[in-house]
Amino acid sequence: MNTSAIIFYAIATLILGSALLAVTSLKIFRSAIWLLFSLVGIAALYFWMQVEFIAAIQIVVYVGGIVVLIIFSIFLTQQSGNKMAKPATPKIIFSALAALLGTAFTYNLINHYGFNTVSAQPFNSSVSEIGTQMLSTTSYGFILPFEVVSMLLLAAMVGCIVIAMKPTAASIVHLNKKED
Amino acid sequence: MNEIPLTHILFLSTALFFIGMYGLFTRRNLITMLMSIELMLNSVNINFVAFNKYLFPDKLDGLFFSLFIITIAAAEAAVAIAIIINLYRSHQSIDVDDATEMKF
Repeated sequence: MNTSAIIFYAIATLILGSALLAVTSLKIFRSAIWLLFSLVGIAALYFWMQVEFIAAIQIVVYVGGIVVLIIFSIFLTQQSGNKMAKPATPKIIFSALAALLGTAFTYNLINHYGFNTVSAQPFNSSVSEIGTQMLSTTSYGFILPFEVVSMLLLAAMVGCIVIAMKPTAASIVHLNKKED
Repeated sequence: MNEIPLTHILFLSTALFFIGMYGLFTRRNLITMLMSIELMLNSVNINFVAFNKYLFPDKLDGLFFSLFIITIAAAEAAVAIAIIINLYRSHQSIDVDDATEMKF
């Protein structure tokens, strides 16, 4: 067992341990912090796989964006120090059973499927390579999904503002008039 | 680097996916359910990157798929949190058991 393998198993332990704590912790704020550690561990796994760009995106979007958003919404919606109610014991037992059975089934499936690894070619995932292919208009380019996803982000942004906007007094009066 | 076989990375992502599934089944709070969904999406991303690196090192399609999944996950989290805040405003609670108006 060399250094690289030891680092992989350490990262795997970090990811799985903090993910388990994130789904079982009864304090919601601690749960969010454990989720943060799990996502940092996944970014570390991407660094270990030498896909630095995806690792950077993972840190910027998940750790810097989504977790901060989740923590803000925890502060906005409830007392962060309060304990949540413990789920019912039969529910815990059956959920754990379902998860364990699923893991065992998939483990068995992966174990018996022989992957023929081809590691002859070097794996080039530099940022310039990704950028060239992302914006290329040839048949293997990703310009169309890139544009579609930008429209999706715009729609999500407008939708969030509309959903979370407080109804103003004028619009309430307008609605009441409609009902009359 | 190549001492770790692909299957070990797949075992890791499988375990992560089913941890997320367990959280989705047991939690009743909307924000913690959203966290579980994030864990499941991340395990899928690990799979895409690992398959790309180990089986098709001459292409980059797996990386693009995980990039787009990350983008859509961010949009999904933002919309979900807007809905949660709106639900809290009308119900004073974000527990799924308290929002039963549309239950048949």
